[in-house]
Amino acid sequence: MKKKYIYYPGCSLRSTGIAYDESIRAVFEKLNIALEELEDWNCCGATSYFSVDEGDAFALASRNLALAEQQMGNEDFDIVAPCSACYLVLLKTKKILEENKDLYAQINLKLQKVNLNYEGKVKVRHPIDVLVNDFGLDNLAKQVKFPLKGFKVASYYGCQIVRPYSMFDDMYNPTTLDRIVKALGADPVDWPLKTRCCGGSLTGTIQEAGLRMNRFLLQKAQEEGANVIITCCPLCQHNLECYQERINKQFREEINIPVIYFTQLIGIALGLSSKELGLNRLFKKPSLKRFAVQKGEVANAW
Amino acid sequence: MRISMKSIAEPNGHGPKLENVKKVVRRIKFESELDHDFGEYIAGKAHGQKLLTCIQCGTCSATCPLSHYMDFTPRRIIAMTREGFKEEVLNSLTIWLCASCYSCYVECPKEIRITDIMYALKREAIQKGYYPKRLPVPVLARIFHKFVYRYGRNTESWVLIGLYLRTNPFKMLKELILGLKLMLRGRFKLGIEKIRKRNQLRSLLAIEEGRVK
Repeated sequence: MKKKYIYYPGCSLRSTGIAYDESIRAVFEKLNIALEELEDWNCCGATSYFSVDEGDAFALASRNLALAEQQMGNEDFDIVAPCSACYLVLLKTKKILEENKDLYAQINLKLQKVNLNYEGKVKVRHPIDVLVNDFGLDNLAKQVKFPLKGFKVASYYGCQIVRPYSMFDDMYNPTTLDRIVKALGADPVDWPLKTRCCGGSLTGTIQEAGLRMNRFLLQKAQEEGANVIITCCPLCQHNLECYQERINKQFREEINIPVIYFTQLIGIALGLSSKELGLNRLFKKPSLKRFAVQKGEVANAW
Repeated sequence: MRISMKSIAEPNGHGPKLENVKKVVRRIKFESELDHDFGEYIAGKAHGQKLLTCIQCGTCSATCPLSHYMDFTPRRIIAMTREGFKEEVLNSLTIWLCASCYSCYVECPKEIRITDIMYALKREAIQKGYYPKRLPVPVLARIFHKFVYRYGRNTESWVLIGLYLRTNPFKMLKELILGLKLMLRGRFKLGIEKIRKRNQLRSLLAIEEGRVK
């Protein structure tokens, strides 16, 4: 029986990360992987809820997990969360409730009062995990229409996908994104800051620190000769892309590097249109013309 | 306040002028002033983390990408928490600089979940009202909390506008251009995201809107 995926987009994918949402839906549709959106999902709580009240943070996340179980009934399914914060919060809640039976009983009692029940059978997955481990890179490579030959891609994983739980990749030197990049025919750039933190919401709150953290990342990627940085988190993408101008001004840098979602890169290679992938929402589009094998064809899309 | 000898010393070497010494403060705490239960209490709030097993090796401070900006490094926060320096820890900037990147958590040789301890300290500081009123990080956490309580989801645009209004309205002007650019690209929407079963969600949550100090 074919596995089903419940899609949990999260709040960021409704606003700043809307291109991530569009490109995931487009790519998964193209690859024939069915995604069903979780009905009436609520915010995962992100890091903010854990800073205000932990019980509430678990309650918020477990409502989503319980809703997913309710929606799918007895079918075999996984919940797919593309945003790093959502992914970690759901995963952490699942793990902590497994570890701490008292807490589980407490939270489930609350859920039962509002006619929900969380059994703990749901698995939390990331789209990278689904693409690499369920769909398979060979299958992906077969679907590539425009190999991105000679295109240098720096994969940036960020923190919360690989830490503290490394479910599908190495914690210190993750390689799944690089393998996807290779499957698309592009060249992964070997750089050491793959999992260094971008500062998260610090660019909006304590900018002195936030901007500096992003500066290191951008500087290094550019130094290594990357044509583009790919990310798998809406906040990382926002930080790395939208603050480049300010970083250049403040630190007298000359950074000029497009930052896109990994799903957008896949979509480009699969031959999806710029609009389907939300590339029109970027500040800086990657210039691919020079790298396309079949000239003309890719150039049309761009 | 830290008094630097360089700034108050006379150039001719006669020592500091009295009027330049702004405030004389005791720099050392007496044993009796410490809150001895604080370490245990915080450990309990962070799923029983064993603070006493910390060997003060400093791996957490070394891996932390933000330790350069902190007033106390993570290693010192652990030491101060278990010794009972409650006010110093809860008033520190460190807990608000922590971006929850979990670098320390995975590197700690004693497997102490430091990120969870930071979360426990943040909660304690917010619930007991220890943080500076206009410091953006805790203000953001509270606005976020309020939004999710009310609507079930957060709307990034309004959360950010609320944050700047409460902390530094002038900064909003600086961010205006970026906001407009995002809006033009459909990445900054002013419509509020809501879930259908808001009452169901509210009855799940213990902390009501605005109950947190």
